Amino acid sequence: MSGTDIAFFLLALAAIAGGVTMLQLTNVVHMVVALVMTFLGIAGLYVLLSAEFVAVVQVLIYSGAITIIMLFAIMLTRHHRDEKERQTTGGVWHKAVAAISVIAFGLAVYFGIRRLDFGADGSALAGDNVKTIGKLLYSYYTIPFEIVSVILLVALIGAIVLAKKDGKEAGDK
Amino acid sequence: MTLSAYLALALILFCIGLYGALTKRNTVIVLICIELMLNAVNINFVAFAKYGAHPGVRGHVFALFAIAVAAAEAAVGLAALIAFYRSRKTVQVDEANSLKH
Repeated sequence: MSGTDIAFFLLALAAIAGGVTMLQLTNVVHMVVALVMTFLGIAGLYVLLSAEFVAVVQVLIYSGAITIIMLFAIMLTRHHRDEKERQTTGGVWHKAVAAISVIAFGLAVYFGIRRLDFGADGSALAGDNVKTIGKLLYSYYTIPFEIVSVILLVALIGAIVLAKKDGKEAGDK
Repeated sequence: MTLSAYLALALILFCIGLYGALTKRNTVIVLICIELMLNAVNINFVAFAKYGAHPGVRGHVFALFAIAVAAAEAAVGLAALIAFYRSRKTVQVDEANSLKH
């Protein structure tokens, strides 16, 4: 068992443990913090897959930005009776049907990917990945890159419009 | 590590996210579970970029695009959540039923 294998198992364990803890906890803030462990574990896995740039982006965007705006949304909407209420929709049957369907889906996909192997040894990505990604983004993928910037702008303006107070409500103050 | 180990890990994370999105009652947690599912898909992109039939950095580029779109989705989803909270004073998924009755 090589060092890479051990690192993979530790990071995979951290990622899955974060997800399972998230499902078990009842406090919403604790759930978000448990998810940070999953996101950091996934970032470590990206490093193992020699995707250093994606790993850094993962830490910045997911562990940083998305977690923080989720915490802000919780604090802006939170009320104290939350913790005594039930946390899930429906009853036992709803949860049982959801669990069985998800497990069936997981098994079906698992039998498809169990023996998948393309014979690549993973040596193709050695070297200067960030430089290659930058060159690809600004040459071959220029148009998708610009479209993503438009999507981000539209999402920004849309979020402001959606979260803004109505004209009537704002006028009252 | 082989390709199937990474794919199995991504599958487990996707199943956790799917179960949470189907059963959790708080809208913020449902959104976070959707982010977890998108992360599982990103693991697949990066794993195929290293161990796939045609190794190369194009999988990384696609993962970056997916991350950007997921960030936009989170921003719009949370803005909708704030608007919903302002009108109904709740964030529970099963109380958003005005269109149902």
